[in-house]
Amino acid sequence: MTAAPLLQVEGLTTLFRTGRGEVAAVEDVSFALAAGEVLGIVGESGSGKSVTALSVMGLLPEPPARIGAGRIRFEGRDLLAMPARERRALRGAAMGMVFQEPMTSLNPVFTVGDQIVETIRTHDRLPLSAARDRAVATLARVGIPSPARRMQDYPHQLSGGMRQRVMIAIALACAPRLLLADEPTTALDVTIQAQLLDLMRDLQTERGMGIVLITHNMGVIAEFADRVLVMYAGRVAEEAPVEALFDAPRHPYTVGLIGATPTLEGTGGALVTIPGTLPRLGDGLPGCGFAPRCLRATAACRAAPPPMVEVAPGHRVACLHWDRPTPGEARAPRVPA
Amino acid sequence: MAAYALRRLLQSIPLLLLVSLIAFGLMKLVPGDPAMVMGGPNATADEIDAIRRNLGLDRPFWVQLGAFYWNLAQGDLGRSLLLGQPVGAAIVERLPATISIALYSMGLTLVFGLSIGIVAALRHNTIVDQAAMVIALLGVSLPNFWVGLVLIVLFSVQLGWLPTGGYVAFGDDPVGWLRSATLPAVSLALLQIGLLARITRSAMLEVLRQDYIRTARAKGLSEWKVVGKHAFANVRIPVVTVIGLIFSVLLSGSVIVETVFSVPGMGALLGNAILRRDYPLIQGGLLFVAAALMLINLLVDILYAWCDPRVRIGGDAR
Repeated sequence: MTAAPLLQVEGLTTLFRTGRGEVAAVEDVSFALAAGEVLGIVGESGSGKSVTALSVMGLLPEPPARIGAGRIRFEGRDLLAMPARERRALRGAAMGMVFQEPMTSLNPVFTVGDQIVETIRTHDRLPLSAARDRAVATLARVGIPSPARRMQDYPHQLSGGMRQRVMIAIALACAPRLLLADEPTTALDVTIQAQLLDLMRDLQTERGMGIVLITHNMGVIAEFADRVLVMYAGRVAEEAPVEALFDAPRHPYTVGLIGATPTLEGTGGALVTIPGTLPRLGDGLPGCGFAPRCLRATAACRAAPPPMVEVAPGHRVACLHWDRPTPGEARAPRVPA
Repeated sequence: MAAYALRRLLQSIPLLLLVSLIAFGLMKLVPGDPAMVMGGPNATADEIDAIRRNLGLDRPFWVQLGAFYWNLAQGDLGRSLLLGQPVGAAIVERLPATISIALYSMGLTLVFGLSIGIVAALRHNTIVDQAAMVIALLGVSLPNFWVGLVLIVLFSVQLGWLPTGGYVAFGDDPVGWLRSATLPAVSLALLQIGLLARITRSAMLEVLRQDYIRTARAKGLSEWKVVGKHAFANVRIPVVTVIGLIFSVLLSGSVIVETVFSVPGMGALLGNAILRRDYPLIQGGLLFVAAALMLINLLVDILYAWCDPRVRIGGDAR
């Protein structure tokens, strides 16, 4: 990774105005993504994964949201310093996004074709017929049968899986170099999930896109990501290449996450869980957000947020006790390669 | 779409029959002898007999019912006792004033109600939003006879810009029509603007929260397209229903506003008919208003289907 990364996020802090004052949903998050690379972001609901992606896309409603600090560079250009018009020109063209809810993410009163053609014509000044042709081709590419006929369908006439394919087609219609996929398969059946992930992988190899894949499913990460960012309570807990993460997780939260993934070879006992819940935003814990649930936690953990430590090349952990696993922590089952 | 409209049209026929039956029954529901009630306390026996014969009340029930529908089929609504002219003619004569003021008022309501509602939603929780909602609340709360009187004092008496009352037909003098219709239209519209603004605002806020609006932004569309195309196309679905209701209220005419501005419209006509117990005219007015409301409802349903493909095209794939 010598060339300038496709996407570089440095010290991103995103704040939300709430009844209890301004709270950070994302705090001091940094990561980089190279062209053609798949970065998985994992964490449980509320860990700041989606807010991170929406901050990159510039889709958070302001107010109540506000970028408090940090820089987001896309192909070297600072997105946050960019005029709104330039940033809009990137959205949907150079960077596309697929959302979690295929059922509600398409506008119910416009046809599928209309919604794709609109994207194409917003960014590439094509005649209508050429835009239509490209829309049909894109629908065909994402595996929609008889795409020319489907163009005239309204979203309510399609199944969830088909709608998500349409969403992917919209995101891909202008050949983006960066794709942000926020839990793209969570709302779908397992078989459809697998099909869509295969599709995204094919498209990624074919077009060399950089993908940020947000999920809470460790299985999806293991299969799909090159590198993984584990987030907890708005902060990065651990970042590592995918093999390193599964072979030698350093952060106790990562250990717990991997341990909590049910496997087919499991003993059939109770599901493993991480005790406790995420702290509420703005609870103002001065130290490590995971400390209240952590078996390794010491007074130092609760005093200040732990710094990022590079424990191996490309493997960073925000834990004071990364090299001191504690008995009783969920054991990480090896994920077969 | 055409089949849908036709189906809805056919569905309204039984309803119309029911309403006509109620209109007919009106004469039967009058306590005591309707002829005596209509004749008033000073009527002589001959006069009452004349009224009875005139209305056919001396004939058997089924004959009366048959005659009522026979006349109705020919467009004959009977003769007004008060005006001494056919009810149909009396309504047709008064209709232009009410319809033109209703349309004028509807135009004002649409322009101001929708724009105030949309702007308030886009500037949610700001001073603009709060100001818009205070205006809307005033529109809803101020009684229209009071607004009408204040407008007369302000624009007619003090400033002398507009006439205090009366009505000039549009065909006779468009400028005169505009001058005479403005104050009634504004005092009628204020309430409806308030209603429409509040409903538009809440519908818009609801729509702006939807995932597909975020999708539209993610596609890189301009804010104008996001709001003007993607949000508005969904906002108009609930709003169309309300607009239909508003228009039917305006079309029935307002007794109060027509009285305050001495406009010879439907509201004043029917108000007088009720006060003077002019039953044929009340019957005719009831039939006319009911038919108009049904027609508007039909239009609303068709518009609804036109706005919302989920209504137009069934078959949810889920």
